[in-house]
Amino acid sequence: MSGSSASTVDRSASGCRDLPVLKERGQREVFCGLTGIIWLHRKMQDAFFLIVGSRTCAHLMQSAAGVMIFAEPRFGTAIMEEKDLAGMADVHEELDRVVGRLLSRRPDIRTLFLVGSCPSEVIKLDLSKAAERLGGIHSPRVRVLSYTGSGIETTFTEGEDTCLTALVPELPEAPADERALLVVGTMADVVEDQMRRVFDSLEMGPVRFFPPRRTDELPPVGPGTRVLMAQPWVNETVAALAKRGATRIPAPYPFGVEGTLAWLTAAAGAWGIEAERVLEVTKRARERSTAALERYRQVLEGKRIFFFPDSQIEIPLARFLRRELGMRPVEVGTPFLHREHMAAELDLLPADEGLVLSEGQDVERQLDRAFQAEPDLTVCGLGLANPLEARGLATKWAIELVFTPIHGFDQAGDLAELFARPLRRRNLLEV
Amino acid sequence: MDLTIWTYEGPPHVGAMRVATGMRELHYVLHAPQGDTYADLLFTMIERRDHRPPVTYTTFQAQDLGGDTAGLVKTATRQAYERFRPQALLVGASCTAELIQDDPGNLAASLGLPVPVIPLELPAYQRKENWGAAETFYQIVRTLCLPHAPEPTWRRPPPEGRRPVCNLLGPTALGFRHRDDIKEITGLLDRIGVDVGVVAPLGASPAEVARLGDADFNVVLYPEVGRTAASWLKRTFKQPMVETVPIGVGATRDFVREVAGVAGLDVDEAVKAVESRLPWYSRSVDSNYLTDKRVFIFGDATHAVAAARVASEEIGFKVVGLGAYNREFAREVRAAARKLDLEPLITDDYLEVEEAIQEAAPELVLGTQMERHIAKRLGIFCAVISAPVHVEDFPARYSPQMGPEGANVLFDTWVHPLMMGLEEHLLGMFQDDFEFGNDRSPSHLAPAHGSASNGRSAPAEPASSAPAEDPVAPAASTPAPAPTPTPAAADLHWDDEAQAELRKIPFFVRKKARRNTEAYAREQGLTEISVETLYEAKAHFGSR
Repeated sequence: MSGSSASTVDRSASGCRDLPVLKERGQREVFCGLTGIIWLHRKMQDAFFLIVGSRTCAHLMQSAAGVMIFAEPRFGTAIMEEKDLAGMADVHEELDRVVGRLLSRRPDIRTLFLVGSCPSEVIKLDLSKAAERLGGIHSPRVRVLSYTGSGIETTFTEGEDTCLTALVPELPEAPADERALLVVGTMADVVEDQMRRVFDSLEMGPVRFFPPRRTDELPPVGPGTRVLMAQPWVNETVAALAKRGATRIPAPYPFGVEGTLAWLTAAAGAWGIEAERVLEVTKRARERSTAALERYRQVLEGKRIFFFPDSQIEIPLARFLRRELGMRPVEVGTPFLHREHMAAELDLLPADEGLVLSEGQDVERQLDRAFQAEPDLTVCGLGLANPLEARGLATKWAIELVFTPIHGFDQAGDLAELFARPLRRRNLLEV
Repeated sequence: MDLTIWTYEGPPHVGAMRVATGMRELHYVLHAPQGDTYADLLFTMIERRDHRPPVTYTTFQAQDLGGDTAGLVKTATRQAYERFRPQALLVGASCTAELIQDDPGNLAASLGLPVPVIPLELPAYQRKENWGAAETFYQIVRTLCLPHAPEPTWRRPPPEGRRPVCNLLGPTALGFRHRDDIKEITGLLDRIGVDVGVVAPLGASPAEVARLGDADFNVVLYPEVGRTAASWLKRTFKQPMVETVPIGVGATRDFVREVAGVAGLDVDEAVKAVESRLPWYSRSVDSNYLTDKRVFIFGDATHAVAAARVASEEIGFKVVGLGAYNREFAREVRAAARKLDLEPLITDDYLEVEEAIQEAAPELVLGTQMERHIAKRLGIFCAVISAPVHVEDFPARYSPQMGPEGANVLFDTWVHPLMMGLEEHLLGMFQDDFEFGNDRSPSHLAPAHGSASNGRSAPAEPASSAPAEDPVAPAASTPAPAPTPTPAAADLHWDDEAQAELRKIPFFVRKKARRNTEAYAREQGLTEISVETLYEAKAHFGSR
């Protein structure tokens, strides 16, 4: 662990910043970055995600999140076959053919992402070159970009990070003298609208969201851009935005009443707006959300929680559950720890006796630790949940935390409910 | 390179996982990148398994590629053995690991572990899930049974003074109703005087697989998985194989005859053990309304072919489409289709299947999870008959597809979604009743399928050109590689009166009436369609 953070947030004596991190390398029971397509293709309604990969990729996409409820998704897989692997020239021709057929069938598509996979990375298929070539053929109607969602390079939510990073060079240049807020990381549309209303009340802005709902409405970026991270996994995107002149506003993530308030206050601070004013504007929302949390506190208070690594959202959630609901984190696992972007959260998370922060995974050893710890609630992936339940451990599916609106004041209660439900349910069942 | 949105089969290593997860005391080391662990959730979520699949993944990352991925295989294999102490190890690669050519099977064998190490070569860029399952099962059987193989000149003695014993081959984890089929067939065999030795792969340990050769014969319940191994056992252990798949009353009777023949039992006596309610239920007068209901059948070859026989011979449906996604068994499907005067549909492109279903305008689809989605979109009833399946296809209740009880289950499952006889007549007679109105879905279809809910499909997609009187027309999002046949034909004009009359036809047959009328008009060289044309077409084609 490196303490390279230059953050200006006050260090709390009781925080986790100096807690040693258990770094694990072994079997990782996590999704690859392709899975991010499941929400990205719904967020950006004029984009299509074409995975260049294998049957495994296609199978993952249809199995991973039960996404088959939709008629036709705006993603697909160009499955490479034996004959494609035999000669590289063929692959590009084949890809051109597949893309041509796809775009002629889907005239509504404005941006096509060629998404790299494990096999395409291993055979070193140059998708950026392919994107350039295909862009030449299909522009101006369709912009063609590429990024990697491969498991060898990205873990689950990092797929959104690589996708957004690929979009950064496409963002228009903002006027040098314009100060604007750019909120980065996918949130539910309804939450964005709520946040926008708060920023409007604070009379700060312009406020833009990235990714946008349509790729033909990309937000501009420039030296006046202030970046506010809505999700902890957009690390590379923020770095790419910094290269375009943007500066990051250090803040905790907007989970829970406290986190949301701190997040808004940090943003307002960049506009010279006093914290008092933020308290005033958010008073009603804070009061009702705090009341909403009370209901779940009785269920959750004092309960011990164990996080398997999944999305990088684990530390902010542990902070929320510990500080606002009185839960006791036992182990907080994260696939990847970005010290600087997580600094504010680490400061807020109390370093309770026995708390383990872990990065990476050796799933068998982690399971041993979980069985040893016998937590009241275990947050884990779908592959582990039922086996853990069968061993008597209550579980919460981690993936639901990425697919549910959980940001902001008015979702704080919903977020708490997600953790309370498995415990309430156990109490309900008599057989 | 093929553009795929949904797939019927996973990669071959998922087939290997279905075998490994079905077995006990076996462990599978899979050389695979981070992310391939998603496959665990197929078993823990879709099948609600209470154990993790017995699979250790090497989960290599980019940083490992320049280094020692081979070392990872060895470490993972050694640790998996130490931790799980299996009776045998499977070792193989997923699609990505296949490309880096580490030869994990040999690496694992070089460790000198005290248990059999079975290397798997499953070419991920040529083959698919079912093939992978069959090959894996075959490799396990071959490796574990070969030490017990008799001399090539050995002849198998008939069972004297004891009940004949057979193995049931082919059921796996994540199989469609395999759990219940095994129970049903074991019971049926017991009633005719045959014992079951080993069921494999599902539920068997490597030690039990090693004893497969002890049985008098093998029953191949699921040819997609079991046939390769059974053929080898036949050659090596001189075990006859029973190949009739007992789905439906007729096939179950044939199965029992075949078993009795192989086991040296009284055939007529054995057939008496097949007691199902299906034959009487099909003869019951209320079943008259099932006559010639149009069904479209698609699935794995075995289940599709079996369903076609049950549908046509045992329920009296009219099969209007028959196909399968596994080319390896296309021959069987072609033969069955020929018997029904149909062009078989052999494809794993679900868009093609969707098109064929639209074209055939069935009243019932018997298919996989994929066809369920297609049918939902088209507003047609659907019953699932084959993998790939979803969580709802693992019911809590006993619900086999095979044997006498399986036939009962098929009757119930296929008939229930259909309109009951009198309801159909009432709709026909009193179509002006506001509750029967054009925008109404039948009471037993979820309300989401009505016209008002077409907006559920992605809003950015092009607007539907389906005629307004067709509330169950394909939703706007129906992909259209070729133009769909349902929209109003450009070369024909329906006059106002004819259109009004068409609207009076109950929605569930309206699409067919439109199609028939337009076909008739073209045949007659007409461009205008009047009420008279509509009824002339009806007389011409009959009411079905």
